[in-house]
Amino acid sequence: MSGLRLRAERGVLSAVGGVLVAFLGLPLLSLFLGLGAEDFGIGLRHPLVWPALRLSLLTTSASLVVVVLLGTPLAWSLARAKGRLARAVETAVQLPIVVPPAVAGVALLLAFGRRGLGAGWLYPEGTSFSFTTAAVVMAEVFVSAPFFVQAATSAFRRIDGSLLVVARSFGASPLRVLLRIALPLAAPGLVAGAAMSWARSLGEFGATLMFAGNLEGRTQTLPLAIYTALESDMRAARALSIVLVVVAFALLLFVRGVLGRSTEPGARS
Amino acid sequence: MTRGRRRALQALVLCLAALSVPAGCERGQATPAPHEDGLVVFAAASLRDAFTAIGADFERAHPGVTVTFQFAGTQELRTQLEHGAAADVFASADQRHMDELVAASRASEPVVFARNEPVLVVALEAAGRIHGLADLPSAARLVVGSPEVPIGRYTQQILERAAARFGADYRARVEARIVSRELNVRQVLAKVSLGEAEAGFVYRSDVRAAEDRVSLVTIPAELDVVAEYPIAVVTGAAHPVLARAWVDLVLSADGARALERAGFLGPAGRGSEP
Repeated sequence: MSGLRLRAERGVLSAVGGVLVAFLGLPLLSLFLGLGAEDFGIGLRHPLVWPALRLSLLTTSASLVVVVLLGTPLAWSLARAKGRLARAVETAVQLPIVVPPAVAGVALLLAFGRRGLGAGWLYPEGTSFSFTTAAVVMAEVFVSAPFFVQAATSAFRRIDGSLLVVARSFGASPLRVLLRIALPLAAPGLVAGAAMSWARSLGEFGATLMFAGNLEGRTQTLPLAIYTALESDMRAARALSIVLVVVAFALLLFVRGVLGRSTEPGARS
Repeated sequence: MTRGRRRALQALVLCLAALSVPAGCERGQATPAPHEDGLVVFAAASLRDAFTAIGADFERAHPGVTVTFQFAGTQELRTQLEHGAAADVFASADQRHMDELVAASRASEPVVFARNEPVLVVALEAAGRIHGLADLPSAARLVVGSPEVPIGRYTQQILERAAARFGADYRARVEARIVSRELNVRQVLAKVSLGEAEAGFVYRSDVRAAEDRVSLVTIPAELDVVAEYPIAVVTGAAHPVLARAWVDLVLSADGARALERAGFLGPAGRGSEP
């Protein structure tokens, strides 16, 4: 009786969850349905596809490296610090998540544009990062870093503090504690955060369009190519969207599966 | 520098206006009313100022009626109409999109109600160096519309015509200076008014929004291509009577005056004065 009830409750919960799966899955599935193999082939041969795919992979890899290299020490400090300032900083670095991406692009222009706040001291007057591949990476870092920092901060917080105290008492330097104890323990959380952050930068559109512009091979990433194709050829836009979804799905599976498993606590011992 | 920053902030407002275009698709699906107390107008983004003014006149002339606008890129509006969006009137920035909707029986009897002329806008820093099409190959950075959108197509046609005057390699020399192909005309204007690009092609009606931040260079008539704006009642409109009244108002002398104030030319054959 209780077993039956248990199963019934589980069934209800799964059904409720299934509603969300259907809602999220149906639009993605509809990208694939009704687009014949022939149309997909024609779409794939659209001249926008390959330069955009190459540029997207290049820039998102670069932004991921920047986010992880700068975000890990930040997350470590935020997780260890207890002051009010640290909480304020932690909240501030989450803000890019709520800023609409296109507004983020305008903000980047006002900060790093030709007439931006940084002109004259960060870079020579009359120059700018705008319209360069570097601008694409900057836009991606801006919108995606919060996802990594948030995940990494909570991963570091979950570490048992006594382990760190023991390590310190045996004479390990703070850097050594971070590299040898904290990083391996927090690795699953860091990898998950990196995957989220990477996925966000792969889909980044608004900030890139505003700050980096839209030029094939230089600043036209996959989402920009999709939007450009949408103006003329729905087939190409759908084929490109499918490429984006499949590439993202494959890479997320890879990151979560392969890297995630190898860094699970059980797998290391 | 402070002056530059103030201008940059002003341009921010303009950028936000440009951004509202892609976001526009979330609004607009109106439910048809049993009697005609509302009107839904789908109009090209460039018509925002003129149609808002005409809308105020319309609501005054028809008490109790609310006019709802959806301003967006013509291509976006066309896609929405093809997928059954509930609109009464469609005003397009481009003949081609209107023709395709008529062919698909989603609109009937389009009439050209205005024309819009591409012009060159130049960032204030470069205004001393760029006086016309001949100076474009020496510009440092040009931003143009993508060939998929109307302003981009017109830009290509203008460059082709200019090549006949300035030499066969003119177009290639200009294209070498292009740093971005924008997906809507307001983004071209935003980048020139922020000083990121030195020059770009936009419609004359767009410049009104940025008059003090860019300098305007008219393109010689023999090289320019003029965009024709057709308007039509949408097939199956929920408010056909009001829709007809709206089209008539746009075509009237009052409508023409509002369009002219926004920088549009009158339809061909009638001149700019109705």
